[in-house]
Amino acid sequence: MSTEVREVVIVGSGPAGYTAAIYAARAQLNPLIYEGSVTAGGALMNTTEVENFPGFIDGIMGPDLMDNMRKQAKRFGAELITDDVVEMNLDGDIKTITDGSGNIVKTKSVILAMGSAYREIGLENEKRLSGRGVSWCATCDGFFFRDQVIAVVGGGDSAVEEATFLTKFASKVVLIHRRDSLRASKIMQDRAFNNPKLEMMWDTEVIDVLGKDKVEGLKLRNTKTGAESTGEFTGLFVAIGHIPRSELVTSQITLDNEGYVQVEGRSTRTNISGVFACGDLVDHTYRQAITAAGSGCQAALDAEKFLSH
Amino acid sequence: MSAPIKVTTANFDELVLKSSKPVLVDFWAEWCGPCRAIAPILDDISAEHGDKLTIAKLNTDEESAIAIKYGVTSIPMLNVYVNGEVVKTIIGAKPKPALLKELEGFI
Repeated sequence: MSTEVREVVIVGSGPAGYTAAIYAARAQLNPLIYEGSVTAGGALMNTTEVENFPGFIDGIMGPDLMDNMRKQAKRFGAELITDDVVEMNLDGDIKTITDGSGNIVKTKSVILAMGSAYREIGLENEKRLSGRGVSWCATCDGFFFRDQVIAVVGGGDSAVEEATFLTKFASKVVLIHRRDSLRASKIMQDRAFNNPKLEMMWDTEVIDVLGKDKVEGLKLRNTKTGAESTGEFTGLFVAIGHIPRSELVTSQITLDNEGYVQVEGRSTRTNISGVFACGDLVDHTYRQAITAAGSGCQAALDAEKFLSH
Repeated sequence: MSAPIKVTTANFDELVLKSSKPVLVDFWAEWCGPCRAIAPILDDISAEHGDKLTIAKLNTDEESAIAIKYGVTSIPMLNVYVNGEVVKTIIGAKPKPALLKELEGFI
């Protein structure tokens, strides 16, 4: 173990983590950021065009936006490591972080920005057929459903965006939602309703995924009448939200009952002195690239203030 | 030290199915974020274990016929071929230690 004690280590590399790195680097805190081995760049790495991030008049591709943030952090001297954190000891004045290669880093403060993971419906056959027609990434897998009839489950922006994206490939996309209206933003809804290849199935939930080696259909239930039916689909894209990736700190940090890290008031301070949290890891409500970036900035400023005392 | 090899429809038989060594084929595409994320991990595994396991990359955009033949519906998908048969399938991006554990029997 190195005897060096760092000022701040950032865990996670979405808009929150990179923004925290930019601010911490500019405050000359020499931040070390664990980007994650396969999660580097965060959720936006699996998106296409980001149209609502301010400053990009014509939109920007999600992976390009993240690459820009990464380069910006690097320009100010942030040290980037493309590895996972496997263990954290957050108590006391000096905290220790262990990475996937077995290196141990000591630090006075930690910014948690691990983001969120895809939520699963929770069906046994959903897991079994994952990668066999069940997918969480339209941009990765949509291509393989050319001229097929597929289903998207969900009602938020990401569900509508995925469904719209998938109409490029599929012959028909059915968006299955358990309510009778969408939560998605108005502009996304209009785009969906005007898309001739996109069909809505309201008040419906998926209760089973059918198929032996690959998805062949779905068992559905009407949430109002309780009536059950089956539909033929070769693909199921699940876009029903996210769960916070707080599993590494569950035993040390105060979480709320949904697993989000709890922070003090409008700050990013957790219940442990010197540990800050930002981005989707703390955010039930907004979950946007810009709000994550904003809270990453707050975390770096909170950490800077903590370190100066 | 060996770098991953590129396989195509034309040489799939020779380089993968008839290989005397196990071959891991990475079904990937340019536009797939998780595929890009695991590329350096596969480079590492090739450099460290290339003597026992050949790492091959198949671009599913350019070689869609093979991707369809092997039922690819989700990438990255890693198939391990031994004597022409698929003996293991790993779907989705995984960190290096997890990948090495899955490949334990071949390296």
